[in-house]
Amino acid sequence: MSARLNQSLGRALVSGARPYILAVIVILALLPLLNLAVPPSSPFYLPDFAIKLIGKWLCFAILALAIDLVWGYVGILSLGHGAFFALGGYAMGMYLMRAIGDRGHYKNPLLPDFMVFLNWKELPWYWHGFDNFLFALLMVLLIPGLLAFVFGWLAFRSRITGVYLSIITQAMTFALMLAFFRNDMGFGGNNGLTDFKDILGFNLHTDGTRAGLYWASLAMLIATFLLCRWVVGSKLGRVLTAVRDAESRVRFLGYSVTNYKLFAFVLSAMIAGVAGALYVPQVGIINPSEFSPAASIEAVIWVAVGGRGSLVGAILGAFAVNGAKSWLTSYAPELWLFILGGIFVAVTLFLPRGIVGLFGQKSDGPRISKPSLANLSKMLGTVPPAPKEQRP
Amino acid sequence: MNKPSQPVLYLDDVTVSFDGFKALNGLSFVVEPGELRTIIGPNGAGKTTMMDVITGKTRPDKGTAFFKGVHDLTKLDEETIANLGIGRKFQRPTVFDNHTVSENLELALKADRRAFRTLFARIGAAQNERIEAVMEQIGLAERARDLAGSLSHGQRQWLEIGMLLMQDPELLLVDEPVAGMTDHETEQTAALLKQIAGARSVVVVEHDMEFVRALATKVTVLHEGSVLSEGTVDHVQNDPKVIEVYLGR
Amino acid sequence: MHVGRRRALALFLILIFAAVGRVQDARADAFTDALAGFAKDSYSDTIAAVEKVSATGDPRAAAVLRALAEGNLQVRKSDQAIVYTREEGGKTLGTEAASGKELGEIKTDDYDQVRVNNRVRSAVQAALGTFNLVHPDTRQRIDAARALFKNPNAANIPLLLKSLEKETDPAAKAAKELALAASRLMSDKQEERLAGIAHLKTAGDSEVRDLLLRVAGQAEKGSPIHTAATEAVASMDAQLRLARNAEIFFQGLSLGSVLLLAAIGLAITFGVMGVINMAHGEMVMLGAYTTFVVQQIIRTWSPELMEVSVLIAVPLAFLVSGAVGVGLERGVIRHLYGRPIETLLMTWGVSMILQQAVRTAFGPTNREVVSPSWMSGTMEIASGIALTQNRVVIILFGLLVFAIVIFITQKTWFGLQMRAVTQNRAMAASMGIRTGRVDAMTFGLGSGIAGMAGVALAQIDNVSPNLGQGYIVDSFMVVVFGGVGNLLGLLLGSSILGVINKFLEPFAGAVLGKIFVLVAIIVFIQFRPRGLFALKGRAAEA
Repeated sequence: MSARLNQSLGRALVSGARPYILAVIVILALLPLLNLAVPPSSPFYLPDFAIKLIGKWLCFAILALAIDLVWGYVGILSLGHGAFFALGGYAMGMYLMRAIGDRGHYKNPLLPDFMVFLNWKELPWYWHGFDNFLFALLMVLLIPGLLAFVFGWLAFRSRITGVYLSIITQAMTFALMLAFFRNDMGFGGNNGLTDFKDILGFNLHTDGTRAGLYWASLAMLIATFLLCRWVVGSKLGRVLTAVRDAESRVRFLGYSVTNYKLFAFVLSAMIAGVAGALYVPQVGIINPSEFSPAASIEAVIWVAVGGRGSLVGAILGAFAVNGAKSWLTSYAPELWLFILGGIFVAVTLFLPRGIVGLFGQKSDGPRISKPSLANLSKMLGTVPPAPKEQRP
Repeated sequence: MNKPSQPVLYLDDVTVSFDGFKALNGLSFVVEPGELRTIIGPNGAGKTTMMDVITGKTRPDKGTAFFKGVHDLTKLDEETIANLGIGRKFQRPTVFDNHTVSENLELALKADRRAFRTLFARIGAAQNERIEAVMEQIGLAERARDLAGSLSHGQRQWLEIGMLLMQDPELLLVDEPVAGMTDHETEQTAALLKQIAGARSVVVVEHDMEFVRALATKVTVLHEGSVLSEGTVDHVQNDPKVIEVYLGR
Repeated sequence: MHVGRRRALALFLILIFAAVGRVQDARADAFTDALAGFAKDSYSDTIAAVEKVSATGDPRAAAVLRALAEGNLQVRKSDQAIVYTREEGGKTLGTEAASGKELGEIKTDDYDQVRVNNRVRSAVQAALGTFNLVHPDTRQRIDAARALFKNPNAANIPLLLKSLEKETDPAAKAAKELALAASRLMSDKQEERLAGIAHLKTAGDSEVRDLLLRVAGQAEKGSPIHTAATEAVASMDAQLRLARNAEIFFQGLSLGSVLLLAAIGLAITFGVMGVINMAHGEMVMLGAYTTFVVQQIIRTWSPELMEVSVLIAVPLAFLVSGAVGVGLERGVIRHLYGRPIETLLMTWGVSMILQQAVRTAFGPTNREVVSPSWMSGTMEIASGIALTQNRVVIILFGLLVFAIVIFITQKTWFGLQMRAVTQNRAMAASMGIRTGRVDAMTFGLGSGIAGMAGVALAQIDNVSPNLGQGYIVDSFMVVVFGGVGNLLGLLLGSSILGVINKFLEPFAGAVLGKIFVLVAIIVFIQFRPRGLFALKGRAAEA
């Protein structure tokens, strides 16, 4: 059945766009060379901040994939994915803090500066092991995964769906934000974790390390994309979209909807955690504001802009919105929130399938329900298609 | 089936109430193996609620419900009941609009339902043959690659019946299968259901008396949550209680 | 010491001069004798002298004592006479304490300063206190009584008793009685001390409790004093605990009423119409800013209306937020009916725009809204249970709004239409109800109520563009907890959440308390996915 499989896989990609995608990947991969190999005087020189910025967007694109996996393909709108991203970031941040060693301000070989400042005498138990990079990597996956598992199990088991689920995911990240703001949680309180020195022995402030992290993020984005494409193209993926479109039908076919949702949610949380872990060494700080509900919902709009239910769309959306944000916040900062708000309104009203939908290509996204199509047409002044005859 | 004499479905004294309104009121109902049974009744008679109880969607306040005499349906959830071998077609045809016809059938295919197994699942030749066969049976072989959302109403009804067949259940619950169908389609559906019954038990809920007559089976009339009358089509049509309920007094 | 006060004291002293007249001469000797103690140059002698001087009750004593406290009391080396000095224009001027004779400028070399330490100073304060007990100013009398309470001494008993005879002000009287009881506690007579304890235990004051604890600690175990003091402390503790619990409960209700106000509007838009309005918090924020603008206008044009500015703001806030709500519903939300997730995202965008618009118009900083006098201050509903008046007003306001909403939805023609449309839109439309208009009005009602909540919140919270954000998660929790579409559930849900929140705070801190409540709600909906007062059956599926 390779034809069938190919067809499904093909739908995950914007069909016919494959050469362009490959070209973009190559360009993205070569960008750091403009920073490393080109002299600063050259017009082709790419400044450090640009590498850092695009590196950040790559991480956001991974987060967007994570959100799209659950929202676009399973219909779970999580307004708390920033929490998984931040948890992954904190796990990486803890490693980076431990890696500072005795080079901190207080020269304490064991305790990070903020603990010395708070007069702590010993390392809290949950900080042990984070001096080991592999252990930290494991935690980057496990902690968000575990939270998603417990939370998802509680929520899906009791069949909390739709906006209810969205609201309690928002409450979850809100509660975590409040918790991480507290000094006695042992994660640096307000200031979070910062002043990192190096990662695996490489100085974080050199061009080489910056480029390395950039390439790692790009590689991870591609790997995540392929993983997601494989998942949504499998039979499991077809069950997931079936859950999105007609949950009770899936249940009456004998599938455990709870388990399937849980699988997607945990996988998605782990991907978000990885994105956070790559993000933190590049920006040099992780603090509780990453848990804020606004941060999570902003990530959702990336996916909406790109086109939910399309993996390429999610990546595209993350780049488009963050690109616009970077440009506008330097150009007209007070305008940005108006525009971002406007994007929320415009995309939901006029572009329910996002940028990808604009090109008229197939996405795996749910088709617009009939009443909304009628509304949209009414607004655009066109005649809606006659509804199919249906028995009342 | 361990004991052939054991009824496939056994409901006794089942009561369900919503905020004081009794949707089912001491309903008792038995379906034998291989039987094709039709249920009729006015709106609010409890037909859909009865299906909800059988498939685990609604828990009864009182009463017993057994599948094949051993499985207590009042204690199991929808997934487990579906996997035991009870298939259900909804009143409004519910198929996966964003999947193709063959994908819809593939999802219904009797196979390992565990998440990790489906992640690595491949469709074998035998299974593929089965999908093709069912598509022939429901007359949708030519539309195998089309999205279910593009099918007509009647075709969606058939696709859903096809999905039930893929599940290979011992008991099929079919809620208003000919709603919105042309006369020709209705005849075909009646033939399809008769063909299905025998190897398995089928319970059909329908309003359309022509269709009920075409099925020519034992008919159960529900009224206000309990059985009003039971017998052949002619028997129930001449039952004064039924006439009173349907024609009013 | 304050100049005005000093002047008042001087006037007071003159009056006393006139009143006591001849008696003064008879006392003069005792006063002069007492002064001699200051020349002895030892702290304990100085303290003894302070007590003696004040015991004379001589009006001249106050000036001497005050000078001593300020380090301006001197002993003339030549004849050991006591002189108090003051600095004026760089010169040191002296006055003879006994005679009151002005000495003009003096040479400090001829004098020894009476040395002062903290013990002396507190003795002086206590002594000075007795003089103020009969001060014409009530505040002064209360302060004096407080001072005596803090430094209780059995010697003050007659003084306090005497001053109590003429006391008319209830607050001063209570303060003096407290001081008297504390002084009695220091007596050597057991009956006096027991009487003191008996009076003290009726006061719900932590200082009184400390005093009683001290007495209990000093007294011999098993002695009547020890027993009485211990019992008194125990009974005070019970009372304090009760008062504290009542206060926390009240604070919880107050928080609950704030949540209720913020959530009522949400219950209409979300619970009744099924529209998730993430910009609901911004409707509250607009109401708060309306209050601010109304006050600014009143301040400029007719300041005499300041007291009722809040009352003017309530209907205006309703109109402003309601109008924005109607515009929002007609403009965008109606195109998204039946798509709750899209509505959620869209209204979040609207909330960002509204916030930024307000930030652009009013600046990002907090704006101050002045509470009218009838909303500020505290009222004591029972001994030790003090309620801030603005909280009381807000609780009452919340209940009033709640009652109005119940009335509108249950008893009016509009409410009937509203319920008809939400239950069966098609049927309502076919009966001639203009469903679009009912939708807009319903949404406007919910938004307008949010605006009124903003007026209330402006009294207790910072008026800033982020005001609404702080309440949106909480109000959703209330709606989810109380049960969607159930107004009674909303009332109970918000009260319960408010009270739980406040009771957790002392144990866990405000933040942990809040986290705990959030987690508890997440766990709670496991068991009651449709809230406390869930509808069952078909109605719930709709």
